[in-house]
Amino acid sequence: MEMPAPDAGILSRKNRIVERLRAALPAAAVIHDEAEVRAYECDALTAYRCPPLAVVLPASTEEVATALRICHAEGVPVVPRGSGTSLAGGALPTADSVILGVSRLNRVLETDYDNRFIRVQSGRTNLSVTGAVEQEEFFYAPDPSSQLACAIAGNIAMNSGGAHCLKYGVTTNNLLGVTMVTMDGTVMEIGGAHLDAGGYDLLGVICGSEGQLGVVTEATLRILRKPEGARPVLIGYDSNEVAGACVSDIIKAGVLPVAIEFMDRPCIEATEAFAKAGYPMCEALLIVEVEGSPAEIDEQLGLIMQIARRHNPVELREAQSEDEAKRIWLGRKSAFGAMGQINDYMCLDGTIPVSELPYVLRRIGEMSKEYGLGVANVFHAGDGNMHPLILFDANKPGDLELCEAFGADILKLCVEVGGCLTGEHGVGIEKRDLMVTQFAPEDLEAQMRVKDVFDPDWLLNPAKVFPLAASRARRERAFAA
Amino acid sequence: MLHPASETELSEIVAAARGPLRVVGGGTRAVGRPVAGEALSVAGLTGVELYEPGALTIVARAGTPLAEVERVLAAEGQRLPFEPMDHRGLLGTAGEPTIGGVVAANVSGPRRIQAGAARDSLIGVRFVDGSGTVVKNGGRVMKNVTGYDLVKLMAGSWGTLGVLTEVAFKVLPAPEAAASLAVAGLSELQAVEAMATALGSPFEVTGAAHLPGEGRTLLRIEGFSASVAYRAGRLRDLMAPFGAVTVEADAGRVAATWAGVRDVAGFAGRAGDVWRISVKPSDGPGIAARTGGEVIYDWGGGLIWVLVPEGTDLRARLGAFAGHATLVRASEATRARIAPFQPEPAPIAALSAGLRAKFDPRGILNPGLMAS
Repeated sequence: MEMPAPDAGILSRKNRIVERLRAALPAAAVIHDEAEVRAYECDALTAYRCPPLAVVLPASTEEVATALRICHAEGVPVVPRGSGTSLAGGALPTADSVILGVSRLNRVLETDYDNRFIRVQSGRTNLSVTGAVEQEEFFYAPDPSSQLACAIAGNIAMNSGGAHCLKYGVTTNNLLGVTMVTMDGTVMEIGGAHLDAGGYDLLGVICGSEGQLGVVTEATLRILRKPEGARPVLIGYDSNEVAGACVSDIIKAGVLPVAIEFMDRPCIEATEAFAKAGYPMCEALLIVEVEGSPAEIDEQLGLIMQIARRHNPVELREAQSEDEAKRIWLGRKSAFGAMGQINDYMCLDGTIPVSELPYVLRRIGEMSKEYGLGVANVFHAGDGNMHPLILFDANKPGDLELCEAFGADILKLCVEVGGCLTGEHGVGIEKRDLMVTQFAPEDLEAQMRVKDVFDPDWLLNPAKVFPLAASRARRERAFAA
Repeated sequence: MLHPASETELSEIVAAARGPLRVVGGGTRAVGRPVAGEALSVAGLTGVELYEPGALTIVARAGTPLAEVERVLAAEGQRLPFEPMDHRGLLGTAGEPTIGGVVAANVSGPRRIQAGAARDSLIGVRFVDGSGTVVKNGGRVMKNVTGYDLVKLMAGSWGTLGVLTEVAFKVLPAPEAAASLAVAGLSELQAVEAMATALGSPFEVTGAAHLPGEGRTLLRIEGFSASVAYRAGRLRDLMAPFGAVTVEADAGRVAATWAGVRDVAGFAGRAGDVWRISVKPSDGPGIAARTGGEVIYDWGGGLIWVLVPEGTDLRARLGAFAGHATLVRASEATRARIAPFQPEPAPIAALSAGLRAKFDPRGILNPGLMAS
């Protein structure tokens, strides 16, 4: 992936910029030592690295505003960073940029069970939001796989999802309000503990804007009472087509499982070797989970298993205990770790209409042979959000490029069948140049106009989301100014 | 009236427009500042273009009657999750509500507290901006973070940023059964507390309303029959300390009760202006008291419908508060005098004005409709 060349003028002014930041912020909040800034040279898309000019770690909204005002005055690009778990390069710096990390903003500000919300600082991790309310039997629904580490700020930037979106939605459906600072240092409150916007739905467009519109420092999140219980069933089939048909039939029958996870044979084999969850060796495995009281679960699982049987499963295993439920989830939850044992991998994130599952899986299998790279599929089948994992060897010259080309072909396929490039990871730099396959120039222009309004100088995370060629004029105007 | 039959024709009309346009769907939701301009009807753009029950997605042209969308979904045992309100009774309007109008006004009903608003189910749009350019955003899949979410921006923008031509939704299975619980004789404070208790339970309440005029606090649950019966029992026990509880399980009567809540039937056909206030539920009774009007609560107390004498400046009575108030029904003269939409703090107003200038640079789409 190409990144814009750093601005020589900014690089030459590094000392002055750092001095201004140090003068305005506590000493510990500004990192500029070349060795120390290296810790921020990449996010979870580790193939791409570049140390930033400096790093600021503010501890309050006011400090965020101060840092942004200085960078704005100096014309320095700012790359906001949550916990740095982006798989899309959303927090990748350029050499002329300042990383603004929100990791020190991690407090709970307010919990309100009567009104069912929690207000937190945005650096707080996803899992610790639920951690703050679970003693009252509440939880925060979006649960990305990285939830132990990822920050709410990043969840909002990428509109993160998780395994339970089919029932609970993604971040945007669970976000009630934010405190946000725009690039010029203006602090604003958008939304709150009430529902919906009184005017334009700015919250809706901020969520998923990949840190390009403003820096969110606080968030009001919807919390929900935990269900009485949950129980999964494991269903194995000897073909992807049949498994796909089963998913469709379950949905059509009026059941709304909280999760429908899908694993194909390469993934089953890898996880079995790694985690020994006791999965059957077959072409496709479904894990379907439902929630409610024991009797409600029995009723829903009864219906699901009845549908599953109509498709002649090679395995049908209902969890009879907490322990069995854990075993059913064990393999799925260790899938990424298992693939990592085999080789380096790239995780894709395209979404497709559920009806296209069998065709897309078949095509991915064919492409895997053409490219000579292994691929395993594990994904959220209920909502069509695929996660093909392409295996490659980072130490083998040319393998990364081959893997990226294969990945691009898979994503183009997702768009061709009516889907999209990314379901929950975000565009970042990873899918930036593929945006033209999904959007016409005028569609991208409409989106870039939104950035023009929030960040007229294009200083916030400027080299992301939009193809560099499409955003060039706007970015270069910023430097010329 | 301009009456394009296709998106292309619509985009040509907008591009060629010399003056302001008043965008019309079914014409049933006359909300906002009165707009002077030539009427541009989207009612000619009709038809469900794609419906995949197994993927829970539907795509329709913006002028498609809401009733047609609902009929198509019902045939497969599915529905729009957000239970859009029918404004005709309350506003005294006639006509056929369109699916595009539902989106433009972000119209949701009682189920909004559990299933989200129209904007939460909306997964894709096509629209014509103020220059006549056709723009698409989102798509037909329910998980999509590719680029900015203009889908949300278009929902509730009342045709001031673009003219919707196509909308796509995530839909849900319609439940096999529903039940409604009524708790009698609660004060407004007690009612909000009771509703918070119910909504904070694991029993998936999909409606929580309080009708002070009738002295009833209502809760709704939906799902498979056995599950509804079970949860109705658990909720009855949970509500017993608050007051006498009755359970209604007849499907027709449950539907009628909640259609009445959804459409604010209590204020239909009665003289006066109607306001709609969104607040944190526990703030509801305090805010309601400030209005000095008759109120109906939905969304667990967080949505307050207020009936006040014609021409009342409710904003003056409300003062500053956390939330927003919209003047939904009033004469044109009142809507010209009192801002129907909540005035925004300066930084947010600047962003809103900036977006309007970018999407409609000539200021011809429903100009001033949302102006404070």
